[in-house]
Amino acid sequence: MKPAVKRIIFFAALIVFWELGSRFELWHETILPSPVSVYDSLVAGFADMTLVYDLAASFRRLLIGLVAAVIIGTGVGILLARSKTADETLGTLVLALQSVPSIVWLPLAMMWFGLGEGSIIFVVILGGTFVMILNVRTGIKNVDPLFIKAARTMGSNGLDLFIKVIMPASVPYFVTGARLAWAFAWRALMAGELLSSGPGLGYTLRYASDFGNMSLVIGVMIIIGVVGAIVDLMIFQRIEKNVLKRWGLET
Amino acid sequence: MFIEAKQINKVYFDKNNKPNTVLKDIDLSIQQGEFVSILGPSGCGKSTLLSMIAGLVSSTSGDIIVDGKKVIKPGKDRGMVFQQAALFPWMNVTENVMFPLRKEMSKKEGMERAQHFLKMVQLSNYPSHYPHELSGGMQQRVSIARSLAMDPAVLLMDEPFGALDEQTRSRLHGQLEEIWIDTKKTIVFVTHSISESIKLSDRIIVMGTRPGTILTDITVDIPRPREQHRQEIAALEEQIMGLLKKEIDKVIDEEQAYEAGS
Ligand SMILES: Nc1ncnc2c1ncn2[C@@H]1O[C@H](COP(=O)(O)OP(=O)(O)OP(=O)(O)O)[C@@H](O)[C@H]1O
Ligand SMILES: [Mg+2]
Repeated sequence: MKPAVKRIIFFAALIVFWELGSRFELWHETILPSPVSVYDSLVAGFADMTLVYDLAASFRRLLIGLVAAVIIGTGVGILLARSKTADETLGTLVLALQSVPSIVWLPLAMMWFGLGEGSIIFVVILGGTFVMILNVRTGIKNVDPLFIKAARTMGSNGLDLFIKVIMPASVPYFVTGARLAWAFAWRALMAGELLSSGPGLGYTLRYASDFGNMSLVIGVMIIIGVVGAIVDLMIFQRIEKNVLKRWGLET
Repeated sequence: MFIEAKQINKVYFDKNNKPNTVLKDIDLSIQQGEFVSILGPSGCGKSTLLSMIAGLVSSTSGDIIVDGKKVIKPGKDRGMVFQQAALFPWMNVTENVMFPLRKEMSKKEGMERAQHFLKMVQLSNYPSHYPHELSGGMQQRVSIARSLAMDPAVLLMDEPFGALDEQTRSRLHGQLEEIWIDTKKTIVFVTHSISESIKLSDRIIVMGTRPGTILTDITVDIPRPREQHRQEIAALEEQIMGLLKKEIDKVIDEEQAYEAGS
């Protein structure tokens, strides 16, 4: 059986079980609304465009934050890989900061950038940057010395060697870094939106919860999960697989 | 002399700063157009010596002169082929062969040149393949074409066929010999296979180990093609083994591991 078929059967069974449980009142509607009412609230949310605006707002923040994280992460990653002093000083700071969940920066960010966009984007950037830095650094440091030797015997050195050989050789790490940066940024974004003002998926989730609209809460949670899975599966894992294959690293 | 090594010494220091003399008093002269093998057991410093000629490693004392110039860094006059093909996986076959040509000719010229050398290693049907789509033997041929494309005066080869199976290796021996005859390159070929060195070279430099020194310098005057002279080959093989009394056990161990297809 194809994985896709298995998956469809699994999710169908899950939804049927969930619906039956609600029908036979194994749990109360206010605790866990039925799939049908979740579906209704999602349809209503899309019909009056609130969820569309939410998605647009969330994606805008994510995109800005992720692009910034990838650019900063690449720059700092290269610096750490090339400069021993930077690695021994800034590198240690990066390692320490990486273990701090980026959402704990939100109170500070709100002091600096106010309650709106700025703070959330700041948190999203922090979410993605550190993991990007560390992957780029590792990628550049792990370039096969044989590539460098071979390139040098072919007249390449200095900047040319770095741009034509070392950078492309570390692309697999770069892609993995971007994928992890996206995953961390997405989580940071949702946390940030939960705690700030709208629009945005996270904001609508909290709003629905404040008004006891459990079916919309679950609906938004499903959107968050589905978007996360789709982007990861359809975009990043696909790129990663292609790169690993091309770079001959696939096992 | 075309390549000249004068009183080369190389000392590495290990973690505890203990000196490890890898090469001791190496004197070596190679003529233009000569095919010279450097033969010796594992760890005797063959790769180190070859890397020095390439300019990738510096000596502790002593100079290497190539074509009248002292070697201080790598240069396109000296191409190097490693045991692993070291092709860049993000480039296809043609782009790999064009890598050393990028700066000195137009893309069109470079492509024509790449095509020419790919033909020489009989891979002209694979211009757009990526390295991971080629077998080990094909990759190594691309790597040879890549070195030849920059038209070096010297081709340095560090166990280029060591990672290949016996049949592929034997076929590539034939191809390399043809290329050498066609291009008249000076080839310095590192190996630890006695039969490989006899099959291919004009001269065999036999090295001993700990520290790495030159034991003997043997001229091979068996006419080419050499496959037809099995008896002379066998006799010389015997002679080299005899000469290597002290190193013989190490060499045989190596040889067996190598012949077993490593
Ligand atoms: N960068 C290095 N630092 C320290 N020691 C080294 C270094 N490179 C080589 N050596 C030592 O020098 C000695 C010779 O190494 P080399 O690679 O030249 O041997 P080889 O003759 O090519 O062996 P093989 O046949 O196994 O390839 C070895 O003992 C090795 O441990
Ligand atoms: Mg070696």
